Amino acid sequence: MTITTVAARFRSIELSLLEKLRLLNWPFVTVVALIALVGYGMLYSAAGGSHEPWAWRHSVRFAVGLVLMVAIALTDVRVWFRWAYAIYGMALLGLIAVDIAGQISMGAQRWINLGLFQLQPSEVMKLALVLALARYFHSAYLDDVARPAQLIVPLAIVLLPTALVLKQPDLGTSVMLLAGGGALMFLAGVRWWKFALVIGSALGALPVLWHQLHDYQKQRVLTFLDPERDPLGAGYHIIQSKIALGSGGVWGKGILKGTQSQLSFLPEKQTDFVFTMLAEEAGLIGALGLLLLFLVLTAYGLVFALRARNQFGRLLAMGITITFSLYVVINIAMVTGLIPVVGVPLPLISYGGTAMMTVLIGFGLMLSVDIHREIAIPRFPVDLDR
Amino acid sequence: MHREADRLRTFSRRALLLGAGQLGLFGAIAGRLYYLQVVTADQYALLADENRINHRLLAPARGRIFDRHGVPLARNSPTYRVLVTREQTASLQATLGALARLIPVPDQRVEEVIAEAARHRGFVPITVREDLTWNELARVELNTPDLPGVSLDAGLLREYPVGPIMAHVLGYVGPVAETELNGDPLLELPEFRTGKSGIEKVYDQALRGRAGISRFEVNALGREIKELYRQDGEPGRDLTLTVDLDLQRYVHERLSSEQSAAVVVLDVNTGDVLALASVPTFDPRAFIDGLSRDTWRELTSNANVPLVNKAIGGQYPPGSTFKLIVALASLEAGATGPDYEVFCPGFLQLGDHQFHCWKRWGHGRLKLVDAIAQSCDLYFYDLARRLGVDAIAAMARRFGLGQTLGIDLPGERPGLVPDRAWKRATRGLPWQLGETLIAGIGQGYMQATPLQLAVMAARIANGGQEVWPRLVRREPGTDGAPPAAPPRLLGVSERSFRLVRQGMYEVVNGARGTARQASLNDPQVALAGKTGTSQVRRISRAERATTVRKNEDKPWEERDHALFVAFAPYQAPRYALAVVVEHGGSGAGAASPIARDIMAKALELDRTRASPTVSAGPSGAPA
Repeated sequence: MTITTVAARFRSIELSLLEKLRLLNWPFVTVVALIALVGYGMLYSAAGGSHEPWAWRHSVRFAVGLVLMVAIALTDVRVWFRWAYAIYGMALLGLIAVDIAGQISMGAQRWINLGLFQLQPSEVMKLALVLALARYFHSAYLDDVARPAQLIVPLAIVLLPTALVLKQPDLGTSVMLLAGGGALMFLAGVRWWKFALVIGSALGALPVLWHQLHDYQKQRVLTFLDPERDPLGAGYHIIQSKIALGSGGVWGKGILKGTQSQLSFLPEKQTDFVFTMLAEEAGLIGALGLLLLFLVLTAYGLVFALRARNQFGRLLAMGITITFSLYVVINIAMVTGLIPVVGVPLPLISYGGTAMMTVLIGFGLMLSVDIHREIAIPRFPVDLDR
Repeated sequence: MHREADRLRTFSRRALLLGAGQLGLFGAIAGRLYYLQVVTADQYALLADENRINHRLLAPARGRIFDRHGVPLARNSPTYRVLVTREQTASLQATLGALARLIPVPDQRVEEVIAEAARHRGFVPITVREDLTWNELARVELNTPDLPGVSLDAGLLREYPVGPIMAHVLGYVGPVAETELNGDPLLELPEFRTGKSGIEKVYDQALRGRAGISRFEVNALGREIKELYRQDGEPGRDLTLTVDLDLQRYVHERLSSEQSAAVVVLDVNTGDVLALASVPTFDPRAFIDGLSRDTWRELTSNANVPLVNKAIGGQYPPGSTFKLIVALASLEAGATGPDYEVFCPGFLQLGDHQFHCWKRWGHGRLKLVDAIAQSCDLYFYDLARRLGVDAIAAMARRFGLGQTLGIDLPGERPGLVPDRAWKRATRGLPWQLGETLIAGIGQGYMQATPLQLAVMAARIANGGQEVWPRLVRREPGTDGAPPAAPPRLLGVSERSFRLVRQGMYEVVNGARGTARQASLNDPQVALAGKTGTSQVRRISRAERATTVRKNEDKPWEERDHALFVAFAPYQAPRYALAVVVEHGGSGAGAASPIARDIMAKALELDRTRASPTVSAGPSGAPA
């Protein structure tokens, strides 16, 4: 087979828009909308029973994000394959730009102001990293992956942005980047013992890392280990959050009736601690219900990954699923006092545009993988960029 | 293509593994939620309530105090405060300015309020002014739309409608002192007042009542959101005094011309204190919000000690009023009788001392009744000498002298009834016969309070019933229950009483009585009494020999105290009283007219009242 015939065949598999819409996983989209609806209700309650200032804007953002998600889903997965490195490169440049800007303004900097909206490169990177690694490992068979030299590039793809994000400093995002990158390498077939080696040496490097941490990060870790240490300061959030959760009980206090939330004992109830508010007002039942919706999305992600016919799609779907469930797990573990407060929002529920966009774009990519699951992508599609 | 199959197999296996891992993480989170929301839910529910619920004590209304006919003597009147809340007003300065145009607010106060508001959180109301008049209240109320952040608040203020007239009986309330704090949170309320003297102090616990409680929800900043629960306090018990306000008011007016005096009027059958006055007095209202320094200085620097209740705390030599006791002791001991005569030449020589009668040229021969009527000192020197001081002291104590009588007021003093043992114990010296003679006319070491003298007069009038003075008609807790037992009898014979009372009748109504001006001039109702003039300063023999100075010629503070004890009606005694006019000169001149007027008023009030509430007629009293 000549290269041109391969390319021709590859291009020949084109789906019509109608076919794509039929292939779009509508139950998945419905669950996403359901979660956003829960988010709307919570933000309505957080404002004391008002659409302002959060709930209304949240739904507008969701509507925009939903359209974007579907648009991305309908875009051929090969487009994303083609642009994977470029997107990663732009995200990395963005991270470098905010680092430089941060050094100039002598403070933590996470945003790039693009006039119309603010761009958070670390959020873009969560997806860009998965795209880049998926593309890299798309062409690597197990024996390729077994060669240590082959791992230098993917390690650089993961560690470069992780270091930059840690420097911002944003502990939560860097943990997510590291975990997402690790998961992708694992899925690509990197040997168990290599992970054991890296994790082992990471544990050995913990004392060194401890010294690298900012004081407030150290405080967070220490306060996590013993929240009572500083009940009015750093520990206040966690103590109040646990009181709110616990006092919610099985059935909750009722929407708009959560004393901890409505009387402002619970801080950040519209952003990072929105799950606490849900658990206080809707109880264990409500909390587990939301958790179940998240679990359904994760399960779909796994299904998308397993039924994709190309390695890029598999890795992409699985990587995004893991990134998404990391959001959920880290946020809830944080508000329930299982891990330190690292400032990770709850996707589709917390107020805030960037995280919602990241998650919806990610879902769009997942859906795109699923719609185009039958399309085979050659290991080295040389003419693809043409 | 087996390489593709290999990596697909690896991918699938590992993807499922990661999926299982995610499920495990979700499971761990669900477990954590179960632990927090089910296992430890109760504990956190408690913490949540502690977070949101605050308590506030509601001060109970203090018990009211009434006179024996139900006239209020101490009550609580609503008082209105105007407050301003910083966060509810755009400009505190402007709002206070607008307020100051409606009601007087000193400029200085405006600055204080602004400074105070700056120290507190924005939602804490700051008091701008207290004690608004109705007029001011209405003006603020009407203009509230133009006064953002201004609110009105009602409290209760202790009020004494008759002011100084009852000050020594009622006492007063004042802010809680540091030393009173005992952990009771009620005492820490800024507006709470406790009794500081008088009835207010003695019955403080009963008058206080029980605090109520208000539970309310607060937010994280401490702002009140809503009241959740309210249990109003139990107001303090009301007290009804034995005092008759009409009589008390009259006594007060009658004494108003005196510099320093005290009067006690008792019901001879019950010991009820119908009037108890001490002048000068003070205005109890000055104490409620804490006394100003000027008022305090004025009250404490006054030589006539307005803050001391002289009716129970002033101790005076009883003078000739004590002769009643000496007479009774002698009659009981058989040392005298109706016909026992003594010749009074005007003085008695004892060793190288001369003991004078107040009447320089003597009374000549007299019997007991005349001796009382004319208050012959020589007659009682004779009785005292033959009786001995210990017998006199014993009789004095049976009539309430030399001891506190347990009246429900703080500051009661015991007086002094000297005897041999007392002198040996306190001075380490043997008793002298001359001292017995002096004691026989109520001078020397002897001291008594007006209350004791009134009780003495009452026990003589009622035929020896051991009545005790009391101010509160209904003891708290017994609610109008009658006294447990009728008064004990002193065991002094009616024959002795009859003679002494006859002597007292003659003092006022006899041709040669010392207090003829005290007669009621009423053929139906007669007053019986005994004058007393107690020396403040021993008259030197030189003075006596050269110039007998009349009281009026001496400086005020050297003049004798004027005393009078009395009861009426003579035929069926109801009221006994004691009058002491400090430095009044003579009992006959200064004290007996006061006694006469007060007694006349008491009897008149009795007649004018359709149904006298004074206790039933005398039991075992002489006709």
